[in-house]
Amino acid sequence: MGGYRLSSGGSQIDRSRRIRFSFDGRDLGGFAGDTLASALLANGQTLLGRSFKYHRPRGVLSAGAEEPSALVTMRSGGRVEPNTKATMVELYDGLESSSQNRWPSLRFDLLSVNGLFSNFLSAGFYYKTFMGPTRKAWMVYEHFIRRAAGLGAGGLEADPDRYEGLHAHCDVLVVGSGPAGLMAARAAAVSGARVILAEEMAQFGGMMPNESEALDGASAGDWAKATIAELSALDNVTLMPRTSVYGYFDDNVLAAVERVADHMPVPPENTPRQRHWTIRAKQVVIASGAIERPIVFDGNDTPGVMLSDAVRSYALRFGVAAGHKVVFFTNNDRAYHTALRLADQGMTIRAVVDARSALSQDLVEALAARGIEHFPGHVVAKAEGGKALEGVHIAPYDPHTKRLKGASRWITADALAVSGGWSPAIHLASHASGRPEFRDDIQAFVPGEPEQAWRAAGACNGDFGLAACLAAGSEAGAAAAGEAGFGATALPLPSVEGGEGEDSTVLPLWEVPAIKGRGKKFVDLQHDVTAEDVRLAQREGFQSVEHLKRYTTLGMAADQGKTSNINGLAIMAETRGATIPEVGTTRFRPPYNPVSLGAIAGREIGAHFRPVRLTPMHDWHVAQGADMLAAGAWLRPRVYRQPGESVTDAYIRETRAVRESVGIVDVSTLGKIDVQGPDAAEFLNRVYSNGFAKLPVGKARYGLMLREDGIVYDDGTTWRLSETQYLMTTTTANAAGVLTHLEHLLSIVWPELRVQVSSVTEQWAGMAVSGPNARRTLEAAVDDMDLSNEALPFMGVRPGHMGGIPVLIARLSFSGELAYEVYSEANYGLPVWEKVIEAGKPFGIIAYGTEALGALRIEKGHVAGPELDGRTTAADLGLGGMASRKKHYIGSMMLDREGLTDPSRLKLVGLVSLSGESIRPGSQLVEGATMATSGPSLGHVSSTTYSPALEKQVALGLVEGGLERSGHRLYATYPLKGHHVPVEIVEPVFFDKDGSRMHV
Amino acid sequence: MRIYCPICGERDSSEFTYGGDATVQRPAMDETDVEVWCQYVYNRKNPRGPMLEYWHHTQGCRGWLVLERDTVTHKILSRPQLVGPWADQPKGDTTADSGTDAKERELVGEPAGAE
Repeated sequence: MGGYRLSSGGSQIDRSRRIRFSFDGRDLGGFAGDTLASALLANGQTLLGRSFKYHRPRGVLSAGAEEPSALVTMRSGGRVEPNTKATMVELYDGLESSSQNRWPSLRFDLLSVNGLFSNFLSAGFYYKTFMGPTRKAWMVYEHFIRRAAGLGAGGLEADPDRYEGLHAHCDVLVVGSGPAGLMAARAAAVSGARVILAEEMAQFGGMMPNESEALDGASAGDWAKATIAELSALDNVTLMPRTSVYGYFDDNVLAAVERVADHMPVPPENTPRQRHWTIRAKQVVIASGAIERPIVFDGNDTPGVMLSDAVRSYALRFGVAAGHKVVFFTNNDRAYHTALRLADQGMTIRAVVDARSALSQDLVEALAARGIEHFPGHVVAKAEGGKALEGVHIAPYDPHTKRLKGASRWITADALAVSGGWSPAIHLASHASGRPEFRDDIQAFVPGEPEQAWRAAGACNGDFGLAACLAAGSEAGAAAAGEAGFGATALPLPSVEGGEGEDSTVLPLWEVPAIKGRGKKFVDLQHDVTAEDVRLAQREGFQSVEHLKRYTTLGMAADQGKTSNINGLAIMAETRGATIPEVGTTRFRPPYNPVSLGAIAGREIGAHFRPVRLTPMHDWHVAQGADMLAAGAWLRPRVYRQPGESVTDAYIRETRAVRESVGIVDVSTLGKIDVQGPDAAEFLNRVYSNGFAKLPVGKARYGLMLREDGIVYDDGTTWRLSETQYLMTTTTANAAGVLTHLEHLLSIVWPELRVQVSSVTEQWAGMAVSGPNARRTLEAAVDDMDLSNEALPFMGVRPGHMGGIPVLIARLSFSGELAYEVYSEANYGLPVWEKVIEAGKPFGIIAYGTEALGALRIEKGHVAGPELDGRTTAADLGLGGMASRKKHYIGSMMLDREGLTDPSRLKLVGLVSLSGESIRPGSQLVEGATMATSGPSLGHVSSTTYSPALEKQVALGLVEGGLERSGHRLYATYPLKGHHVPVEIVEPVFFDKDGSRMHV
Repeated sequence: MRIYCPICGERDSSEFTYGGDATVQRPAMDETDVEVWCQYVYNRKNPRGPMLEYWHHTQGCRGWLVLERDTVTHKILSRPQLVGPWADQPKGDTTADSGTDAKERELVGEPAGAE
């Protein structure tokens, strides 16, 4: 039973080209030009998947982008793509597809028992069941529910294909290539405007191959082909098939996805699978057509129940009959024409069931002439069949009382073609418009007032006739080109002959009463929302359309309710006794079609996710076998491991070497900002919390920068190079933020200050040389400098040369040792670095990484990123003396607020492990001796290391009361890892408390 | 969204960083009333409709602009103007702008919010 291939017909397929494909492992055949849906139907495969919640059998409903049910998983491995609409998939040789949400198999699905519990899985199920006293039940059932509800599963392997992001600019973008879109593109193109015509399907022409009219003597389908040929010859027209314009954004920016190679098993070389387009259009013509509406009745989700025009499409375009015995169910005339045309093509049409009673006599006679039974004033009240339609129960219907008014009768059928009228596809327009307007004559919403430069034309604007679409398209195309600055007038229209005539008025018919009980009437097929769910929402007070949507999830599936929205609204309106416009409609939002994450990411994946920043000495680090670690966008050496060493072994060795002799570390990543101008001193004095006005030339100073709210923002040293020039250093992490902060102040707050700032982070290579032998090392490296304590005292800055290369040497210490920072022009970073290493060889110089850098600074109690966490004040960090009381600066007036001076604030302390166990960063500090009795958190651990100098596990932390707890025992607890370590609170400076080592 | 930069021409909004309400004025450095500072640091209006805003051309000339924008429609209602000591300097090449009247490119005065 089910569909089959007709012996003739199919304007879109090539019967001479056979295609092999598979569905759930079954090998099947189709023709070139088929979609996966048409090929499956041709093979009699009407059951395609199981539904989201109840695991109901589902088949194909439509022939286009509105498809809610026929979702399949395409391909396998890294190329797997779940939830693909079979109606949009072009058939290719070797196509691999499978059904979804079924277990163990599509025909025998154990979870279909969910249907038996459907009373419990109704709207609001999750809220009602798992909130409040029964909340714990969620823990128990989550696994089951997550498995039961859903669609296809994504893959775990990386996608091997390429995706690209491109930009396009045009004068007129035409979305949709039906009669309105084609005429609009033509009219705009003759004016000379740059036109892009985007069509979501592979073939241009929209529904035209389905139409019976003759245009200028040719069939509508042929006219469309000729028009496309004419457009493709024009230089100013870009045709974009397989391109779905999915979003309309500010300033007439539209987003689209082009399925470049989805119709091939593997994209050809140098071809992406998909392209994401950002289109900037001066004017847009939206000609997105209309979507046929289903009618809601008992069993309306049975495979074999399809939209009427989809049945027409499959027959006329693909030569596929939806079934051996087809019944039509309609409230408008177009379904009659479909029934007649398909009967003429050799299909067996059993009956036309029409809710209306007053009908065109011509149509009635035409049906009779073909022996098609006619049931005016009747409705299909129930479809039966489970996995495949077996037949329908029809009954007389009273449109005034909206009740069945007599006994039902049975008609055997394996396909039911349903038409409930047409809804304009207002999705894209609605992204950029006011509220959609309801039109009574077509019982549908049309686009609201444009809020951007677009105009709608054709069926998406409520003009359903072919002639009307052509005229509206021509006018819209000319008007759009005109507004884009091109002289254009509407084109002469092709003559339209024959066809199906004007449609009589549609009878509003949304839902058919069930013969018995409430029935299983699905409004939203993709999310399994029933008419009863809508009424339940109304009874429980979710009456506004926004509440209805969120409570029932109606229209919130990936299809955005293309076939369900209006029915849901109408049922709510009926239940509330209101009109549809009174109930209103929700705003559609991008994307109109699901967009793959690959298309959005484009080439910005893996190594291209963001630029990697390398220091001038990077290659040296790598050659020495350093473990490189990402620090923001930078790569920095973490440790230089010797053979057989662990990371811990390596950093302990490096730290000891610095304390005992000398080491060198790459600090090129520090933010560096050149600050110049007559008012630079005044500026720095306002920016830093400590005094900068009197810093002499040739000296550096450690500076603390606060935010406007008094919290510490950043720290670093700033070197005065001349009366009017400073070199400011920032932390690696805040380099960009500090620059923006300074620019903001100079442009907006103090434009009167004559100061210029610019980032010179990349211009300088920097290295710190630390240890008791640092001076001896550098003395052997420099050409002509006196580095004695007198000539270059602590915090002194001097220019000089190394092997002829100009360098700046500043005597700064982050490690607590005698130490210098050596800066050179970036391109000379490596020779300078190598020169220092060479000079340090007699002292056993080693290069050290960020781990040893951290160990050295923790031993000295210096704060860094983990302590400057956006919550700490200078006083919290023991730096209260750096927050001047003698001047005004950023943040100064906010320091004395109650909350910032509260004695119970978390303050910096040192922590020593009493058990010898390591302390985990992020541990909470508590009083209880066991995890079970830990009590409230008194603070937390920020930075930890093993201290080679103390031979102890130490840490920095922030704790209530700070050093008032000095000598107390607390516990560093980390329940997730089962760590509960006794620690003693000590001063944060663990080593060389008087700083004598760096002042030699 | 696209923003016209008086130095670089019309550019995509992704090159810019939002800089907040341009009507907020920082108190004088010697202001000692903490309440005034709290108003400045924490309190912002959240208007529905036209709003004067700062934008930083972070990925371009790094200039700070002031412009009026409708927070509902995102439409930019005023010609963006450069803020700061360079705002009054004569401009060099502005050909990057797409076909706008040259006269319109002339920048005028100090925007609100700048001292």
